[in-house]
Amino acid sequence: MTPETTEQKTRNRAVALEAGTAAPDFKLHSTPDQLVSLSDFRGAPVILAFYPADWSPVCGDQMTLYNEILPEFRRHRAELIGISVDGSWCHNAFAKERRLHFPLLADFEPKGGVARTYGVYRQQDGICERALFVINAEGTIVWSYVSPIGVNPGADGILTALEGLAPGPKDVA
Amino acid sequence: MTARSQSHFGARLTLPVSERDHFRGPTGAPVTLVEYGDYECPYCGQANVVVDKLRRQLGDGLRFVFRNFPLTEIHPHAEHAAEVAEAAGAIDKFWEMHDLLYANQDALDDPNLAEYATSLGVAPAVIRRALLTHAYQERIREDFLSGVRSGVNGTPTFFINGARHDGSYDLETLMEAIAAAAK
Repeated sequence: MTPETTEQKTRNRAVALEAGTAAPDFKLHSTPDQLVSLSDFRGAPVILAFYPADWSPVCGDQMTLYNEILPEFRRHRAELIGISVDGSWCHNAFAKERRLHFPLLADFEPKGGVARTYGVYRQQDGICERALFVINAEGTIVWSYVSPIGVNPGADGILTALEGLAPGPKDVA
Repeated sequence: MTARSQSHFGARLTLPVSERDHFRGPTGAPVTLVEYGDYECPYCGQANVVVDKLRRQLGDGLRFVFRNFPLTEIHPHAEHAAEVAEAAGAIDKFWEMHDLLYANQDALDDPNLAEYATSLGVAPAVIRRALLTHAYQERIREDFLSGVRSGVNGTPTFFINGARHDGSYDLETLMEAIAAAAK
């Protein structure tokens, strides 16, 4: 293998979309026969959690952790969406086994297409980064974070971002 | 806030150890080891053996605190086990129950839990009531959320004098980390 040139490195290293950017819309399969759009969630905050792959070890697994924290996310009216390049049948089996109560979207065809638009596709590995985006009710990214691929980033940053959102009309009432 | 604005290294305990906690060892010990754990997690079971060895070797040099971090969707008995430990704690039997639960991780359904309670002299009605009313659920949730805000991303997670221990939790590694913190 020849060493990477600087130009290749720049091209291969994704730059994640930052706070203040409009979140690109997408439409992906949540199950083999159901499609989900980001715009379906407009009006409430959304947490997009890109992750490398289904089936990582259990007790330290990021999606398993988020599944337990869902009531906290929903207290902020936020919906959680997991995204990886795994196909929807794989997601199905994974979600069933881990008893996940939020949708997993398949960024499968074109592979990593949505991850690329968010700047979190690892071209060299063919998987998504472990990246988080908190999107407000108007569809603007208010916080993003790319974790080292092997490190579970936890939920502290997500909760801090959600706490920073202006209260929605329902909260005021 | 921008990408990579948040560091996960150097995470610290956000809820300080206080009277609300269950602890073993003297309050004035030079090192406090806090574990966030789940009674049904096999890795926590292994870690509990290590913690027992640490406690034996360090004696009054160590205070150990346990907080609940049940992953209830993958461990269906973890929540009830935590509730029963807390119920036992209300009559000063927390650690006896804690040890029993970790010694019997493969038998944690409700009848098992009632049996362990009886063996410790806790009235079965006390356990039934605790499980029925979820009297300790709020406290367990408080433990859990304090963990989430402190960078507990899986179980077990240890904090040594308030700093998250990111190394492995074998006896040698933990002993070295504790010795370093005691200096």
